[in-house]
Amino acid sequence: MTAPLLPFATCCALIAAGVTLLLERSLVRVLAGVITLGNGVNLLIVTASGEAGGPPFVGTAAMADPLPQAMVLTAIVITLGVTAFLLALVHRSWQLTGSDEVQDDTEDRRVRLRARRGELTDAVRHRRDAYRRLVLEQRAELAHLEAERAERERLEEADLERRIDRVHTELDRWTRGLLDEGLTEEELHARLEEAGLRADTASMDNVMRIEELREEHERRRGEQAARERELRRKLRARQREARRQMRAAIREELERQALAQDPELKGED
Amino acid sequence: MAAHITEGLVCVPVLLPLLAAGVKLAIGGRLRRLQSLISLGTLTVSLVVSVLLLVAVDRGGPLVTELGGWPSPIGICLVADRLSTLVLVVSSAVTLCVMAYSVANAYDEQEHDAPMAIFHPGFLVMVAGVADAFLSGDLFNLFVAYELLLSGSYVLLTFGGTESRIRAGATYTLMALVSSMVFLIALAITYAATGTLSMAQLAVRFATLPEQVKLLVELMLLLVFAIKAAIFPMSAWLPDSYPTAPAPATAVFAGLLTKVGVYSIIRLEALLFPGGPVATLLMWVALGTMLTGVLGAVAQTDLKRMLSFTLLSHIGYMVFGVALSTVAGMAGAVFYVLHHITVQTGLFLVTGLIERRTGTTSVTRLGGLMRTAPLIAVLFFVPAMNLSGIPPMSGFLGKLMLVQAGLAAGGPLPAALVAAGLVTSLLTLYAVAKTWGKAFWRVPREIRAGRVVESEEYTGEEPTVTTTALPLTMSAPVVALVALGLSFTVLAGPLSALAQRAAGELMAREPYITAVLGSRR
Repeated sequence: MTAPLLPFATCCALIAAGVTLLLERSLVRVLAGVITLGNGVNLLIVTASGEAGGPPFVGTAAMADPLPQAMVLTAIVITLGVTAFLLALVHRSWQLTGSDEVQDDTEDRRVRLRARRGELTDAVRHRRDAYRRLVLEQRAELAHLEAERAERERLEEADLERRIDRVHTELDRWTRGLLDEGLTEEELHARLEEAGLRADTASMDNVMRIEELREEHERRRGEQAARERELRRKLRARQREARRQMRAAIREELERQALAQDPELKGED
Repeated sequence: MAAHITEGLVCVPVLLPLLAAGVKLAIGGRLRRLQSLISLGTLTVSLVVSVLLLVAVDRGGPLVTELGGWPSPIGICLVADRLSTLVLVVSSAVTLCVMAYSVANAYDEQEHDAPMAIFHPGFLVMVAGVADAFLSGDLFNLFVAYELLLSGSYVLLTFGGTESRIRAGATYTLMALVSSMVFLIALAITYAATGTLSMAQLAVRFATLPEQVKLLVELMLLLVFAIKAAIFPMSAWLPDSYPTAPAPATAVFAGLLTKVGVYSIIRLEALLFPGGPVATLLMWVALGTMLTGVLGAVAQTDLKRMLSFTLLSHIGYMVFGVALSTVAGMAGAVFYVLHHITVQTGLFLVTGLIERRTGTTSVTRLGGLMRTAPLIAVLFFVPAMNLSGIPPMSGFLGKLMLVQAGLAAGGPLPAALVAAGLVTSLLTLYAVAKTWGKAFWRVPREIRAGRVVESEEYTGEEPTVTTTALPLTMSAPVVALVALGLSFTVLAGPLSALAQRAAGELMAREPYITAVLGSRR
């Protein structure tokens, strides 16, 4: 038996169109798909059941096979009934939800929720890690600053000592030179007082410079400490803020999940 | 004359419920008492007739009724052999219990503003479809039987038209429709290749067909029945749609509809395609069904969903028995089908009682049922232990038969399946015990109030318990069903012998073919 090409091709086209429509989300399209698919399959039964012939009355010569026709009639009736039921279903769905879209599977929804929960946990972990890294970096920076300052102080103090030393040695040389010239202690003292009055400006300058340096040093140290305190305070505030945001995000997500989980409990009566 | 009468009886389990459904639709919403009487009477008569048929068939071989007087390869015939009548008896008993349960619990009266009472007609049409599927001797009639039972189930599943039921109903209906379309295509190919759809004649003619055509038809039919029986990987629709239906509908779907698919696979593999290359595929599929189902069950916190997943996983056992394609394997599968119909239906009915009593089936909200509702607790405990295969109950015996058959078959794959079956059984026990511990043993709020020390386990959600007890009439049908399940243990000897005989008849094929075709082959 050779299969008649045209009806067979029609079957294929109808079935393909039906399957495509079945994959749609809208129930009305799905319904159209069911009807198309049903027609294609019914045509396939007729096509596959043999060649056309006379009407199947007893005694007719070369009559068509009556069995497939009976089957197709049955199949058509059944498709009709199911189509009517589906129409009612579509209408009810539209009444209840205002759309005719096929809703998501409960299990799918749960799986998606769980995936989102996982994503959220990952995000929180990332954020926490980033924040920890930040804290570490800032601590390292602070430590670096402190070390730098200590180094600078050390250098300045050394410089100061050096200068004081120089002044002392100069003074020593001078007094020794005067003593060598044969001056008595009294004369030297008088001279020294005189020189002190004379070199007042220079020596006082030196002393004041030292004092100033000391003061500035102290002030700078205080500033540095204040800046450090400020930095630490900011860091703590930032930590608190990050923690607060993290908690808020988690709470929000939990609420959303509770909301999403609620509809599937609703209506399971 | 007597033989004529018994042959005539074969069509009673199909025709009587259909007639009753018609009468009920004519009566409409009036005369509720009469409605219940008609339903219960119809199902009782069906049960009696099925038992008579089983006895007659077991003694005298398969009975055939040619409908409309058309001779059998052309006309439609109903065939009652040991397998079909055995399954029919159990299914009739179960449907009778479920109907009594829904009448007692007034599930049929929930729709006061509906234009007519549709619960009873829908139920009866479905029962007729199930009986037709068991008795059908013709592939096209099998298709019609499926459509009958499915249209009944569409009505029951979307009963009341709430949002969740409409959603589940859409999925369920479309899934069923697609499988029906594949079924029709398979029928067209079969008819084109062999010129007949009578199963007996197909059994003869398939032997002469080229291997590829045979394999194509077999795989297509197998796909159809696998969707109907919710076999992995075509099982995702089941746990989504079943739990939303009203409790008696879920119970009868879980107990019967999937088993109709399994029954069809048994017929297909034993009668039409004996010893085909598909057996290995079926074994893998059984393995997947068992494990995925039970893992799903472990993860669930809702009683109905948990039970739906155990239903899935235990279908794997039956497929395993079929895939062995030995008499012992088939007998195990048949026994397991009978056991599982009663147990699974019973569990879902008890869940319905729990829902009536407490208003929820969520395990996280239940608690203390052991003290507040001891009868429900016992009614849940017995079939639950039966399901997980605690000796000496029928679940254990069924699994034992399958394990023995699997070990006797030898080879690595059957051995792996036996191992998977034992693991599944253990995990079922775990899932059920977890549920039991939470819903039944956990101390509820009222009782806990007087306690000084609160232990760790009470810190979760508060379990809620209502205080009104259910009347005994509501539980009576469940008691009957649980007793039926237990009777399989008491009658295990004769029953497994009968299953063996049914499997022997099935694998021999000759009695069936001769009974249908007679001298016309």
